[in-house]
Amino acid sequence: MKRNVAIIGGGQTHHAGRRPDVNQGELVNEAVRAALTDAQVAIDEIDAVLLGNMEFFEGTHLTDCWLVDATGALGKPGLKITTGGTVGASIVCAGVYHVASGLFDKVLCIGFEKQEEGDTGAILSAVAHPLYGRSVAGAAVGYFAMMGASYMAAWGATEVHSAMVAVKARQNACKNEYAHLRLNITIDDVLSSRMLAYPIRILDMCPASNGACALVLADQKTAEDRCAKPVWIRAMETVHNEQFEFDWRDVTTSKPMFSRVAAHNIYKRLGVQDPAQYFDVFEIYEPATWAELVWYEDLGLCPRGEGFKLIENGVTEIGGPIPVNPSGGVLSTNPIGASAMLRIWEAALQIRGDAGGRQVPKEVRRALATAYGGTNWTVLTALSKDLED
Amino acid sequence: MADRVAIVAAAQTQFRPRRPEVNYAEMVLEVVEKVLDETGLELGRTIDNTVSCSHDIWDGQTISDIGITDVVGGHLGAEEKVAMDGATAVYYAAIGILSGHVHCTLCVAHTKMSQTRRNLVNNIAFDPLYTRPLGLDFTSAAALQANRYMHRYGVSERDTAKVVVQNLGNARHNPVAFRRESLTVDDVLSSPVVARPLKELDIAPDADGAVALILASEKVARGVTKTPVWVAGMGACYDAHYLGDRDLSDCFALEQAASQAYKMAGIRDPRKQIHVIELSDEFSYQELMWLEGMGICTCGHARTLIEDGATSLDGTLPVNPSGGLLAGVPTNVAGLNRVAEAVLQLLGKAQGYQVAHARTALAQGHTGICGQHHCVIILKRD
Repeated sequence: MKRNVAIIGGGQTHHAGRRPDVNQGELVNEAVRAALTDAQVAIDEIDAVLLGNMEFFEGTHLTDCWLVDATGALGKPGLKITTGGTVGASIVCAGVYHVASGLFDKVLCIGFEKQEEGDTGAILSAVAHPLYGRSVAGAAVGYFAMMGASYMAAWGATEVHSAMVAVKARQNACKNEYAHLRLNITIDDVLSSRMLAYPIRILDMCPASNGACALVLADQKTAEDRCAKPVWIRAMETVHNEQFEFDWRDVTTSKPMFSRVAAHNIYKRLGVQDPAQYFDVFEIYEPATWAELVWYEDLGLCPRGEGFKLIENGVTEIGGPIPVNPSGGVLSTNPIGASAMLRIWEAALQIRGDAGGRQVPKEVRRALATAYGGTNWTVLTALSKDLED
Repeated sequence: MADRVAIVAAAQTQFRPRRPEVNYAEMVLEVVEKVLDETGLELGRTIDNTVSCSHDIWDGQTISDIGITDVVGGHLGAEEKVAMDGATAVYYAAIGILSGHVHCTLCVAHTKMSQTRRNLVNNIAFDPLYTRPLGLDFTSAAALQANRYMHRYGVSERDTAKVVVQNLGNARHNPVAFRRESLTVDDVLSSPVVARPLKELDIAPDADGAVALILASEKVARGVTKTPVWVAGMGACYDAHYLGDRDLSDCFALEQAASQAYKMAGIRDPRKQIHVIELSDEFSYQELMWLEGMGICTCGHARTLIEDGATSLDGTLPVNPSGGLLAGVPTNVAGLNRVAEAVLQLLGKAQGYQVAHARTALAQGHTGICGQHHCVIILKRD
């Protein structure tokens, strides 16, 4: 990168399954105002506005054009990116490029989804190939049911392990005033919840949330002049698997998977030997409980096939040695276009020490955020408190 | 700028009203193979990432870039999709290279307009509460803009018809265009009215097709080609969404975008310093409006440029020598194809529609209703 880039502020909405009090623009504006206030930057000082959203979900084409009053893009350069669940991180990546290019000093990045205005399950089934995949598509639930079944068969984990992930997420969410599903639940609650597609029960899945997140990115000079606690974006890595790579459902596959390849690339870029030591906290994109266990392994936090032992031993609890998703994660809050940006923002809050009740009880100098989208792709984002780190 | 971005290759499919023999990935593959063959660059090795441009709603596939991941180097590689007009995808690809994060980028846009109906897609670009229920689409909104512009500046339907005659005449020499006709002004005026004052021939037709470019840092570009085309300036800007919030005959967003691009490229007098323009004439009158918005002439005077032949193939400032969108270029691909056509002109590869002595070109694309978002790219050759 030609210039260092920092997050100098951010904000999020209160996420919920129903937000009848706001339309899409007002929802976005809630996050934009929070981010500008946090960054102590006026909208007139923003050089470009970038929007991430999956317009098929709400059925409005060119949402960036419609929402210029809400985003503050009127009269400014800007663009819209749609890459699925990853889009919140893709937009941050675009923001990093914008600032690092030297053409822009302060860039506003926004991700949002108002899922109650569409049918996400139906629209997610349209991700599959129209000829070969759509007739068997079961939206995200079908996708992760295959993963869960494969995981149990291959590694000897049980539904209790996935239930532990479900409980951890919702218990952490209870500490997060912005989270959607703030549920005080037990393992028994999860195991007795409604079965959607074996082994995925309703509490194993993320909700369909309404919400938005916005971040202000800035160059080093602006960040150091204007911000008491800039959080530095140290590396980003985007990796896909192509659409016919169905082996992902088999957790024992020997084929190169997006998540492992991306982790390998970003660790190499940063010189990371032991990610569990290097990063102090992880915010990962887990649309289903089983995906969290696979992430543990793919990120190298444990050997392959042993992810369920981390949750069993409490290693990834908020107070554990490798805290994962102190925010409650995607399992508790999933406004799709914002979800990946929320991972980055929650990781930044941990570094700033501003995570309130969900702050991990140790010093946080470095954090890793993941995203998850499409047929299987991710954007990884590494953050640090200091540029020297 | 110390660092420069170059375009080192450009490829187009044939644009046709329907391409039933290919799906959109196959269409993209056609142009990707061409730019790879031309440069010898390899996806995942010498090409660092891909910026694609398409729309879920046009493609009928959620996350439409999934449909092309395998042909654009997305498998185990980095790909991002800009959901705007293709000029903005070029703009974003260039910003990625200027950031220093990547050094060589494949930029590709596709759309098969034959797969759906444009008025349905366009209608849902209007806000769901106030304007969508009126049944507006881009054509009916453009008719409002045309009426306002023509009334304000005394532009006649004969003036806008001349744009059509000139562009479709130019297209006769462009092998990828499909509306290639020798027409008279009267032919245009007597074509069926779609939304007054817009007639069938005033409106860019539906088309299927794809276009690819390869962008590279100066260092990479020097190793690939002896004739890089430099991205010398770029600009982009949003205007208001609600039609009533704008005077539709103003070109606020285009003026802003052009001014950013001119500043970056060191252009003070665009009429003299730009030698060829490829702009998005989605509707005939827009060619006149956009020329004014770019500062090529004062407001209301672009019609005299056409009248005097200044914008013809052998004029002092040729505009849309390729035939433009009126000759048949898919929406979304449109702006990326403007850049591709400008590159062909600067490289002297435009064959039958080559203009003379072009060293600096302007390419323009817009997204949304009545040109709500504009993107301007200035290209130069050494």
